[in-house]
Amino acid sequence: MEYAVEMRNIVQKFGEKEVLKGIDLKIHEGEIFGLLGPSGAGKTTLIKILTGQLKQTAGEVQFLGKNAGNGKKGLPDMGMMMDNFGLYERLTCYDNLKLFTRIYGVPGKKADEALRRVGLYGDRKQPVMKLSKGMRSRLLLARAVMNEPRILFLDEPSSGLDPVTAAEIHKLVCEERSRGATIFLTTHNMEEAHKLCSHVALLHEGMIVEYGQPEQVCRRYNHQNKLLIRLYGGEQVELSNNRTSADKVKGYLEQEMVETIHSTEPSLETVFMELTGRGFE
Amino acid sequence: MMRNTTAIFQKQIKDTLKNKEILIQFIMFPVMAVIMEKSIKIEDMPAHFFADMFSAMYVGMAPLVSIAAVIAEEKEKNTLRVLMMSGVKPWEYLLAMGCYIWLFCLAGALVLGIAGGHEGREMIIFLLIMAAGILASLLIGAAIGTASRSQMMATSITVPVMLVFSFLPMLAEFNDTISNVARIAYSRQIGLLIGKAGDFCVSFENIFVICANMLAALLLFGCAYKKSGLA
Repeated sequence: MEYAVEMRNIVQKFGEKEVLKGIDLKIHEGEIFGLLGPSGAGKTTLIKILTGQLKQTAGEVQFLGKNAGNGKKGLPDMGMMMDNFGLYERLTCYDNLKLFTRIYGVPGKKADEALRRVGLYGDRKQPVMKLSKGMRSRLLLARAVMNEPRILFLDEPSSGLDPVTAAEIHKLVCEERSRGATIFLTTHNMEEAHKLCSHVALLHEGMIVEYGQPEQVCRRYNHQNKLLIRLYGGEQVELSNNRTSADKVKGYLEQEMVETIHSTEPSLETVFMELTGRGFE
Repeated sequence: MMRNTTAIFQKQIKDTLKNKEILIQFIMFPVMAVIMEKSIKIEDMPAHFFADMFSAMYVGMAPLVSIAAVIAEEKEKNTLRVLMMSGVKPWEYLLAMGCYIWLFCLAGALVLGIAGGHEGREMIIFLLIMAAGILASLLIGAAIGTASRSQMMATSITVPVMLVFSFLPMLAEFNDTISNVARIAYSRQIGLLIGKAGDFCVSFENIFVICANMLAALLLFGCAYKKSGLA
């Protein structure tokens, strides 16, 4: 299977400080990949290397089987949405996108299409300076997907957004995946990662400390391996998840006492707190 | 090949109409020249004194301040980075910005030329002189904009540089020492050429100083670009 992105032993040093310590990652074509990690873990540094904004100290990056130039900008099959990527404040939403239709060499009508997709068509004549944070994020996403890139980099796409706007962005991300795009996103939001990503990796102090499908990762850290049963009447019972508990579970079920039943695998957040010794801030 | 340059040029025209700080740079001196030429008449004052004086000041101020401000703003707000990441080459961006400011300033120069009573061949010569001066200022402004990380930083460098180049031609009129020192500044040479646009008598000194200033500005820009880059 061809990989959309392949990183081999990526090292990044700033002076004496080693921010990335030999990153090896393979991202399958057409998947949503989530890079998770606390602030300062090196997520943005890695995304900057992948998008050509920063030249890595050592290592190799391949896109769609081809070597990426070290620090070379402007890869044609790449779309990017980064919080610090600016918009032209005095221009309208439409004019902001129109400029890029011409730069990408796509028809001008793509600007209107993209505005419709992100729900900003009604505000197409609004200057960017009058948009809310959520609307700006949607406009950034519209600009990133307008030329239908094969690889889409999203840096904290729903950071600081209300749940409705975040859900709209998630929907668009899924639509892009359905189109066949590979999506590389960084996030603090474990729920977002669990919901969207087919694979996640945890970056901690410049190293990948865990990698896999979100459910797989959670199951791997299910040390307790217990069942939590909540009975009608409010009582909560904790049982070992093995054959010794089978009779008890059967009994509760036969007596129709079970209100809810859960296994105790941890959430992604709990796994990452266990691995890093700290939460996501 | 020119697709990106044209796109950025058009974007910039749209932006100018909403960017009062830049718009005022383009129109302030031409408007002042027209008003003062019409309203102030002093005995023994040389013909078109205000228009000629403001023309030299315009060359030293408007292009320099405008291009430095535009580049610095794009750097600060990361829009320049987005352009570069989208495949726009630095020269395409600089060409678009240079052409845009050069043409807007030439439009202002045309108003100054009309206010200064230049007509026909004299007007063409006047515009050629202004075009050369605007180009020199553009190079200095581009160097400042490129070297700056923010608009505030660009302003703090632009103001003293602009004051020197725009006020030297005027101050040189009133003081011999300043006049001698000012000869090494392109804006003074432009001022001198404007004064004799009717005869169009270009001296070696005029050409040498303007070219030397342009070369120095180009070197300055090269250093700033090498050190900071555009994005």
